[in-house]
Amino acid sequence: MMTRFLALMGALVCLALPLHAEIQIQEVTSPGGIKAWLVENHDIAFTALSIRFKGGTSLDVAGKRGAVNLMTALIEEGAGDLDSQGFAKARDGMAAEFNFDSDMDGVTVSARYLTDTSAQAVDLLHLALTKPRFDADAVERVRGQVLQNIAGNLKSPDSIAGDILNKAAFGDHPYGSAGDGTIDSVKALTRDDLVAAFHGALARDRIYVAAAGDISAKDLGLMLDKLLGDLPATGAPQPADVALTVKSQVIQQDFLGPQSTISFYQAGVRFEDPDYFAATILNGILGGNGFSARLTDEVREKRGLTYGIDTSLADFDHAQILEGSLATANDKAAEAIQVIRDVWADVAKNGVTQKELDDTKTFMTGEYPLRFDGNKRIASILVGMQVLGLPATYPATRNAKVQAVTLDDVNRVAHSLLTPDKLTFVVVGKAEGVTSSN
Amino acid sequence: MSERAGRIFGVKLWSRSVVALVLSLGAASAGTVSDYKLDNGLEVVVIEDHRAPVVVHMVWYKIGAADESPGHSGIAHFLEHLMFQGTKDVAPGELSKIVAAQGGSDNAFTTLDYTAYFQRVAADRLPLVMKLESDRMHNLNLLQSDVDTELKVILDERNQRIDSDPAALLNEQMSAAQYLNHPYGIPVIGWRHEMERLTRQNALDFYSANYAPNNAILIVAGDVKPDDVLALAKQYYGPIPPSDKIHDRVRPTEPPQLAERRLVLADARVAQPYVVRSYLADERNPGDQKEAAELTMLSQLLGGNRATSVLARALEFDQKLATYTSADYDGVSLDQTTFTLAVVPAEGVSLADVEKAMDDVLAKFLKDGVDAEEFARIKAQVKADQIYGADNTQGLAHRYGMALASGLTIKDVQDWPDQLQAVTTDEVMAEAKKVLDRRHAVTGWLTTEGAAQ
Repeated sequence: MMTRFLALMGALVCLALPLHAEIQIQEVTSPGGIKAWLVENHDIAFTALSIRFKGGTSLDVAGKRGAVNLMTALIEEGAGDLDSQGFAKARDGMAAEFNFDSDMDGVTVSARYLTDTSAQAVDLLHLALTKPRFDADAVERVRGQVLQNIAGNLKSPDSIAGDILNKAAFGDHPYGSAGDGTIDSVKALTRDDLVAAFHGALARDRIYVAAAGDISAKDLGLMLDKLLGDLPATGAPQPADVALTVKSQVIQQDFLGPQSTISFYQAGVRFEDPDYFAATILNGILGGNGFSARLTDEVREKRGLTYGIDTSLADFDHAQILEGSLATANDKAAEAIQVIRDVWADVAKNGVTQKELDDTKTFMTGEYPLRFDGNKRIASILVGMQVLGLPATYPATRNAKVQAVTLDDVNRVAHSLLTPDKLTFVVVGKAEGVTSSN
Repeated sequence: MSERAGRIFGVKLWSRSVVALVLSLGAASAGTVSDYKLDNGLEVVVIEDHRAPVVVHMVWYKIGAADESPGHSGIAHFLEHLMFQGTKDVAPGELSKIVAAQGGSDNAFTTLDYTAYFQRVAADRLPLVMKLESDRMHNLNLLQSDVDTELKVILDERNQRIDSDPAALLNEQMSAAQYLNHPYGIPVIGWRHEMERLTRQNALDFYSANYAPNNAILIVAGDVKPDDVLALAKQYYGPIPPSDKIHDRVRPTEPPQLAERRLVLADARVAQPYVVRSYLADERNPGDQKEAAELTMLSQLLGGNRATSVLARALEFDQKLATYTSADYDGVSLDQTTFTLAVVPAEGVSLADVEKAMDDVLAKFLKDGVDAEEFARIKAQVKADQIYGADNTQGLAHRYGMALASGLTIKDVQDWPDQLQAVTTDEVMAEAKKVLDRRHAVTGWLTTEGAAQ
């Protein structure tokens, strides 16, 4: 019965696969020379805009940890002749949405605005990107929120595990500490520090732009000059690459509660590496494919040790790691770690199966075109592609690169990449039978 | 969203979760909606969006945690997990693997009022997911060993999502205090001592009593034609017989609530103390959403905007006593729901002082009335939400699914933006006076003070 049913499934699987994303990307250069990618769609009367400034919290200068994070949170807190309240009223009155976020590799500005108020929305966003006020009362209010976030993170097992892992992996590089800063460093930040962080982070020499929705290439070009034309040409120097620390160790820290949070990592792979896709497939088989990954099978489905476990190949601008995480009952933590080690050793030695490879390829090639639904998502994806230095034709060729990976490729990479003898575990919680080691 | 994975700690990329989805303002009118009813009672809703070759396929059962029998808390959610453990034709865990092998994603969630299963796949894979979902509507096959393992998983889920999180524990205690008689006081995931005793037979009984086409809604949204979807629905879901065990959902109702309830949850793991207050509030009802629309506008006025709402302006900007304020109300609910305010005190401000300040702000609001400019901005955002909302087909499908599974109709969903636009400031104030009554409220403090170390 089972066989017949699956055979039927097989027939369905053979339906024409969408081999590549059906998406038309236009490369636009503004009259003033600013480059952007555009997916034009006039079905819905709004435009989604995404702007990425490379650098982010890693641009913080010595002693000023948290400056870029606090600065980014203050961009929407008043600009030009508008204070915080005035800026919010102007933005909300036309139902525009602006978001300003920072992470270890960049500052992202994303916006949505309606077609019938597009000129005013762009003017207001321009004001924020060029003339933020950093008013004293806004600085103190937002600083108070950031300090509470930091205090909260000190009591969050996930954040604690993340901080310990980052320190272990990245050491004294900016990646090695939280971009929010510490209570002390954030308390010490002055308005001058924030202004300096602003000029260092938001400059034209590090900018990637994409738009999707109800705007033509010509109008986008004109808008870009208006929005970004008078940003400074250059900003702060980018950080150096990380000298990654990898070794076999367990770092355990007590935390209250019935569960332990476990994070683990080893060295990863650069996107530019010819084996990147083989490594991505390997990660999917290990723990990236959710319900159909080796670790999910072994740790959750067979043993019920966790509600969820996953791994990811994290390729940052200055370091690459393969990492994973899970939470488990304190009396199950030791067993979970052993199971992960065993899976790691088994895959490094014996590789994966042709079926696992085929399933993962089908998943990756099937999933890729599904990403491009909605203007907001498209704008964000297009910026990500530019940061990686990909050509605008990439969506049409990407699945072929995945298909080209062979079982030999994946197993060669499994053997060379996976280092069961250099796996660091961070355990936050009163895990029974787990103590720190070196 | 790029080729590179970002770092996500603690947030599972996939989760069969117990979620309370909060409805954003309004419902989008863009995207043509068609609806049908099969002979076996299955309601079919199709939402078209032809911009990308993607389809979202969802089945919503009109059965939730508030429909469980006494002593079996958590069975609705446990069954949701077990629905992935196979049928006579599909091996345990296989459904998710088949969907993943097509590049798709799948998930499920349980709330107080409904249980939903969904897949997101390329549009031409719709027959495949329909085959799988219709199969498990009536062919669930549970092995005792899989039930045993999954029970451990849901206990771990409770550990992770509730017992490790003081805020979730306070939330659970507050709901229990809010409802004197109605089962909304029982947590969706279940009380641990009752979860531990759930059995395979409990799950099968709950399944056979509640999972049937005449107790379900099929929603298909994306790059599809309504006629094609209807034909496929007839092919895959049509042969499933209706159940004669489905009856109207009549639950115990609340008596008059006469006394305010106050709770303090002290826990050493609390990083950020706060005050939260929930008031019992009326919900959206079919053909009768006026009060809920007024409450929705009230919640937006009090706490919808991080800068300009009543609570933010007074407590964060002017008095500088709080670092965060919010007002939440979601009218999509089968029975009476809650209107909730929360305030996080600034450094050095006590919970007592910040609560008093909040009550003073509410009293002043009840006296002064609505800021007309703020009200106009909120209405502009309600209107814009119809445009932005159309960009997210899955979100649209959710809006329809939640509403229909909570007893509302498609017309109610489509009328909702107009209902919000029609609300007047006088109506908001009348509703505010009615709902902001502490006799039917629960006030909770989350604190470290007095916690065992």
